[in-house]
This record gives sequence, structure tokens and C-alpha cells, in this order.
Amino acid sequence: MTMVYEDRGDQAPGDVPLRRIRFTINGQKKIAEVEPRLLLAHLIRRGVGLTGTHMGCDTTSCGACTVLVDGTAVKSCTMLAVQADGREITTVEGLAGPSELHPLQEGFRAEHGLQCGFCTPGMMMAAKALLDANPDPTEEDVRWALSGNLCRCTGYQNIVKSVLWAAGKLRSQAAG
Amino acid sequence: MTTHALDELKIGGLGASRKRVEDDRFIRGKGTYLDDIALPGMLHMEILRSPLAHARIASIDTSKAWDIPGVRLVLTGEMMATRNLAWMPTLSYDTQAVLATDKVRFQGQEVACVIADDPYIAKDACEAIEVEYEPLPVIVNPQQAVAPGAPVIRDDKENQPDNVIFRWEVGDKEGTDRAFERADVISRLRLHYPRSHPSPIECCGSIADFSRATGKLTVYMTTQAPHIIRAAVALVAELPEHMIRIISPDIGGGFGNKVPVYPGYVCSILASILLERPVKWIEDKTGNLISTGFARDIYLDGEMALRKDGKILAVRMHADSDHGAFYSDAQPSKFKIGLLHSTFACYDVPVAHLTATGTYSNKAPGGVAYRCSFRVTEAMFFQERMVAAAAADLGMDPAEFRRINFVRDDQFPHRTPFGFLLDSGQYAKCLDVGLKAIGYEEFRREQAEARKRGRLLGLGISTMTEPLGAGNSREFDILGIKMFDSAELKVHMTGKAILRTGARTQGQGHETTWAQIVAHELGIPADDVVVEEGDTDTAPFGMGTYASRSTPVAGAAVAMAARKVRAKARRLAAHLLEVSEEDIEWELGRFYVRSAPDRGVTITECAMAAYSNMPDGMEPGLEATAFYDPPNLTWPFAVYLVTVEVDPETGVWDVLNMVAVDDCGVRINPMIVEGQIMGGLTEAYAMASMQFITFDADGNCVGANYMDYLLPTAWETPGYELHSEVVTPSPHHPIGAKGIGECAAVGGPAAFVNAVIDAIAGTGVRNIDMPLLPDRVWEAITHRRDVSGAPPVRGDG
Repeated sequence: MTMVYEDRGDQAPGDVPLRRIRFTINGQKKIAEVEPRLLLAHLIRRGVGLTGTHMGCDTTSCGACTVLVDGTAVKSCTMLAVQADGREITTVEGLAGPSELHPLQEGFRAEHGLQCGFCTPGMMMAAKALLDANPDPTEEDVRWALSGNLCRCTGYQNIVKSVLWAAGKLRSQAAG
Repeated sequence: MTTHALDELKIGGLGASRKRVEDDRFIRGKGTYLDDIALPGMLHMEILRSPLAHARIASIDTSKAWDIPGVRLVLTGEMMATRNLAWMPTLSYDTQAVLATDKVRFQGQEVACVIADDPYIAKDACEAIEVEYEPLPVIVNPQQAVAPGAPVIRDDKENQPDNVIFRWEVGDKEGTDRAFERADVISRLRLHYPRSHPSPIECCGSIADFSRATGKLTVYMTTQAPHIIRAAVALVAELPEHMIRIISPDIGGGFGNKVPVYPGYVCSILASILLERPVKWIEDKTGNLISTGFARDIYLDGEMALRKDGKILAVRMHADSDHGAFYSDAQPSKFKIGLLHSTFACYDVPVAHLTATGTYSNKAPGGVAYRCSFRVTEAMFFQERMVAAAAADLGMDPAEFRRINFVRDDQFPHRTPFGFLLDSGQYAKCLDVGLKAIGYEEFRREQAEARKRGRLLGLGISTMTEPLGAGNSREFDILGIKMFDSAELKVHMTGKAILRTGARTQGQGHETTWAQIVAHELGIPADDVVVEEGDTDTAPFGMGTYASRSTPVAGAAVAMAARKVRAKARRLAAHLLEVSEEDIEWELGRFYVRSAPDRGVTITECAMAAYSNMPDGMEPGLEATAFYDPPNLTWPFAVYLVTVEVDPETGVWDVLNMVAVDDCGVRINPMIVEGQIMGGLTEAYAMASMQFITFDADGNCVGANYMDYLLPTAWETPGYELHSEVVTPSPHHPIGAKGIGECAAVGGPAAFVNAVIDAIAGTGVRNIDMPLLPDRVWEAITHRRDVSGAPPVRGDG
């Protein structure tokens, strides 16, 4: 991230100590120079340019910014970019394959699991972490796994159905 | 109809649970929300807010902020004032400070802003601004606002000697007084509908982009009503309206929060004009929660005059409404407290009287229609709580009490005592469906048995109708702009089409459902119709999406535009079939010759002819614009029933079962309708159980983030059983639809509260104010007393 500043003869903003980090995002290896205070969510959105990871509350409460870091669901608004050094990040843009959607994406569409769509990427990433660990969750399992993610539109019932739909499809794929 | 007619469900017409078009981008993370937009050379704005609720500003020193590298501009009220922009008009004929000049009037008020190369730098610079405040006495409720000697909050205004914004009344006072004299029983209830915040997950924001070269101002903005904003910007910034373009991109939820004009929008616009660079402002959650569009906050004194047999003789209500420091909610100008007087509409009440007082306080501007049609949420909550209390006072079954007072099916159109005209409904039938679904009689037996063993079960009912789809333009305007809406349909030569409306979807799924209306009217498959909204340079003028207006007004305009297109296509068909227009019949997707039904042309063939083979003298092309001014409001009806169990030891209550019976007229897309109902029920549950923002005696907002402002998650939220058996089409809407987005949020809260009060019926408690937090319920049970949710005043202890 290059910044160009007015030259006013004072301390150059470049004096902010930058850190070099290496990370993998959706399978692609990246290097970035970042301020130590830069949030991971901002690295993803503004640095890498992947805007599917949304920021809702800035305080780890709403979960719209949920991504996977080494497979664990993490709220990227409360993790520093420097902490992602050497880690592997997956965002909503990394869910679909080259030609087909991830079953979670299909499930959210099939079961009307979204309305405004703002919480949806975070919901899907939290759900992915659940399904990776537990391929056959109960409704209660899904509700608990998503309890760190807020939605103001749907009332959650269809989100839960969407995740169960995806779990079913993933299981049948695994069996097939 | 011939065998050539298209199958409406197959082409995605009315009644098809068509999967949503907009989902394709959202599930891929490819939506374009405001913060996803980056323009070349874009700068970033951050707002410095007041930490105090009421204080005179002694000084503002911005010098340290200017010194930070990367800072481009620091704006204060004083600088805004030199351009006549320190204050702006609100949508309710008041004024609001853009950046404070004289004093701050609520915690979180905008005091200064910084525009910098990077948002982190802008935040740093805000912290470097030094403001000296001289604290003033604080007012946090209507009782304090009208107390003798109360400090005048709006001393900036001439002719404002006190804190009263309006006094408003409607109905027949004398007739109501006479009816109360004849009453066998008078039932009284005092209620508080607490202050709440709509709180969409996405906060507000704007990107202003002024070009000196073209003179054009483009503003990307999280707004539910882009055309109203364009008019407001033209008036506030004194820019020519044709050089202003408002673009409302994908919106991450609105719920009324994104209707008003906010200071941040104005500051970003001025900054862009001064710097000639795009300026982006993205509000953080705390900024959103403490400064933008609050809702509710009404105290009610309600009385019902009753006959022994259960008949309601009259209703008397007084409402004290706390609007915060600026009266900036967008109410229709004739109705100062919104449509609060829609209360009791579904009951056959002979006479009624309502008075309302609106006051200023040192809280953020409030009173927005949070997922409701201009304060009908409060109207229906008060109604259904009063009805439950009245039935209890008479010792009557609450379902039976409602049934004998309902407006009957043969009474429509029905004039309410406050002057509304109900269009249609089948109220008793809906109630029957609901009672059967919840297993009413059986539950009552179970409840009695459980009580013997010390278990507290309760059942709550809420039945309500609400007025949707403002205007008509005779009665409804905002700032004098009549409330109608619009649609523009262009059919291309291959039979594909583009539709634009003056509404703005925020999750309701217009891109999906509007195309279904076109499919229904023209037989063009919904997949062949693209829907665009939110760009004032391309969309026809409309009043926007809030108050459940979209389907009743813009949706009607879509049908009317399609009918205009069909009328022209009929003339083209007559030309192609070489018969007179009178000999042509229509079936879905096709015109045919009445006497020879196999001779026909499809709508697609008519479209091609409009560009390639029109008759002599006919204007080419196949497009139409319709402005729709509804003849009346639409009145959906709903019955919500909840069963709960209350733990007497802790006050914790759990929902056992919830049934919703919604009669919203014709359902365009049943899947989307059900999604709207479930979302609304969850907001109702939220209001009843946990969601409120309160203020301490110093005006500090308690609930400035999601750790203090509790919203239900998937874990707490109950499941719902939805019923759609009863369908009463609106007699005046072109496709018989009535609107559904807000019914459940409006009618739901009372069902939960009534259920908990029913569960603790033995205690003599008549009311616990929302939210029914466990400590409040515990207090009511333990001390056998009503629990008020009124905010504290200094000295209360």
C-alpha cells in the first residue's frame, strides 16, 4: 500500500515503522508492508482488494468480518495484520471453485438464507468452520456455531436451514 | 384463454417462490456496498463527536490536527457557518446542527471532522483536536423537558421558549368524554415504549465526488430514499438539482435508519467541493448507535371505556414523545406523531381521542420509523397491551374479547374513529387459524395444570392491522413533496426488458419481485427483466423505500407501467394480425384474434414490431413510465400468538411456541414474504426481550456498542410457525398486494409481553415495560408490582 503525502518539510509519514509480512490468501501467496496497527480486515479489504469481507461493528461482536485463519473462524476486525504473518487466510471469495459454488453458497440461495447480504459472507465462513469440524451438525449445533454472528434481516431460521442444506450436500458428495 | 397461454409460475410470475436474483452476487462476496467503492484520489473523513450531552463550546483548537502529515482538511462549525452550512433543515421542518457552533445538545453530536489521506490518519487527527466544554444541565425524558425552569435546549431557535416541539390531537374529545361517563368499567394502563435503534449491520456513510470540470456532484450514499436526498442536497448546499447525482449502492440493511439526512453526508460533500477530491465517510458502529436515527421512546397513558359484556365504548390516549435534540425524523407533515392514530384500527371503536406532545431532550435525534409505517409500531403495541389489560380487567378471555370487538368482514370499507378508511380484511378468520395452530384450548388446560405445580406458563396474543403505502398524496407529503412512487419499463426489441423504480431495496428483494410483477402483467419471463434502483440520474423520481411503501406504491407503479406497455403492444398486435384492436384478446404472453384463437402474436413479437414494423403514424419503441398515487392505504392484518414459560426463581422466560398468521393480500413471492415475516418476528422478539438503548441521568448513551446494545443471535432466537391460509386482496391495489415487510416487527412485541404478563397473572402485575429482562420479570414476580422502564432521573438513587 503506497501512500503519497504532501511534502511539508516535517517528519515523513514513512517513519511509521512498517513490517513486512507474508501470508496466503485464498491460495495465493502475498507479501505486504503494513503498519503494525493495521487490522487484518483492512489488509484484506483495502490491501488485497477483496471486499467480500465486511466490517459491521469494529468490536468483534457482529461477525460480518469473519474469515478463516489456518482453518479457524476469526473476526478479522480484531486481529492485527501482522499476526497473520505466515498464516493461511480464506475469505468468502475463496469459497467457490473455478466453475461451481460451494454448497454453503448454494444452500444460502436455495433456502433464502440472506436478505441484505451484509452479514452473509461472515455467516458462511463461520458455517464453513463448523462443517469442516462437524459434517453432520444438529440444528442446535448450527445455532451455537453461528451465535457470534449477527443478522438483522432474516431471523436466522433460514440461515440455519441453509447450513443444514449445505451439510447434507457435502455429506452426499463425500459419500458419492 | 387458449392453450397457448404461458404458465405463470414457470415464468416466475405472481406466486412463484423465485430464488433471488441479487443473491448471486451476495453469496460470492461480490455485492457493492458503500465501503467497497474506491475512487481514484479518494480521501477519508472521520468525525469528532461530543462526549457530553449538553454543554457550551468554549473553544475548539484544531492546530495539532492540521500538523499531522496526511491531513488535508479540518472542518469545524465555525468554518461551516461561513458557508451557511453549520445548520441544515430536517425532513420535519426543524433544523439540525451539521457541526456544533454554539453548544452540543446530545452525546455523540458532530463537533468537527478531519479529511485525510488514510482513515487511520483521520482518526488520529480527530484525537488531536482539543475542545473545551462548559457543561449544562441535562434533560433525558419528556417529564424533565416540560418541568418548570427546565433549560431550553433549542435556544438557537427563535420563538422556542420551551422544549415542546408540538402538541397534536385527533379524534372527538367530547364524544369520548361522554362515552367514558357511560362506561361500566374503565381500564387504564401506563406504558413506555423504550428508545431503540434500528441498527442495520452496515453503518451509514457517503462518498462525495465533486468535479470542478463538469460542475457535477456525485454522492454515493447509504440512503433508502435517494431522490429525497437529492432534493435535500439541492436545498442545503444550494447546488442545481440536475448537477447532483445520488447513487445508493447495495445497502446492508436500513430499517428506517437510512432515511434521514445526516451531518456526515453534508460534511463529506462540502469537503469534496473544497478539495476537489472524492471524500469517503464511513461511520463506525458507536457513531451509528449514538448519533443516528433512533426510534420509539414514547410514554403512553391509555384508557378504555368498556361495557360489561366486553364491548369497547371509547378509547382515550395521551402520548409523550421524546425526539431528542433535533426533530429530524421524516414524518408526513400533517401527522406530527406519525400514524400513531392508526391505533385500534382493527377494532370497531365508536369514538376515540388522542393527544400527543413531542419534546426535545439531550439525546440523539429520535422518532424514526424503525421497521414501521410512521410510528404504527408504538400504535399497535399500545393497542394490544391495552386490549390484553382490558380483557383481564373484565375477566374475559382475551381471544374472545378481541373477536367481539373486531371490525367484521361485512363492515369494509370501514372508517376508524381517527379518520382512516380500512380497505379490507377477515380478522376473525385469521384469529381462528391462529388459535387452532397454537392449540389454544389445550394450552389453557396445560397452563392451569402447570400452575398447580408452580410452573408459570403464559400465552400472549397480538392482533393488528396497520396502514401501509403512504400516500395518497392528498394527505401524505414530506416537506411538501407528495408521497407517490414511480416505475419506468423499457422493453427491448428482443423482448427483454429493464425496469427502474423510485424505490430502493435494502434486502427486500426488489430485483427479484418487481420482475415477477412484469412477468405477471406481460408474460415476459422474470429472468428476462433486469431491475435497477438507487441512481437518481437513471431512476424515475420516487420517495424511496421505508414504511412498507415499496409494494403498495412502487410495486403498483410497476404494474401500471407494464399495463401501459401492454396497451401499446395490443395496438402493435392488431397491426401484425391485421384486425382491429377490438377483436384482440390477451392471455399471458400473447394477443390473439377472438374469433380465431390460434392466430396470435407473442409479446416478444410485438416488441420486435415496435422497433421494426410499427404501423404508420405510431411512435416507435415499447416503453412506459407510470407515477402511482395510491387512492388509499393498504391494511394487512396479522395474528401473532406466543407461548412462554417463566422461571419464577430467576425471571428468565423462554418461548415455547410462536405462530404467525399474516394476511398481506396477494403474495408476489411467498418465499420472500416468509423471510420478511421471520425477520420481523425476530426484531419483535428483540424488542420484547433485550434490545433497548437507555441513557443515564447525565445523558450518557448506555448501549453504544454491540456488547451493551443486545441483539438476539441464532442461539436465543426462537423458531416460528407461519400461516398463509387467509388472503384478502387489497381492493384498490393493481395486483391486490398489501405489503408485509414490517407487520411482524409492528405486531409482534405485544404478543411476547402479553405472554409473560399472562404467565404471572396470579401476581396482580399489570405491566412490565419492555424489554422484559429477567431482573424486571423477577422484580415483578417477587415484589408483586409493575415494573417501569422509564429512564432514571438525577436523585433517583
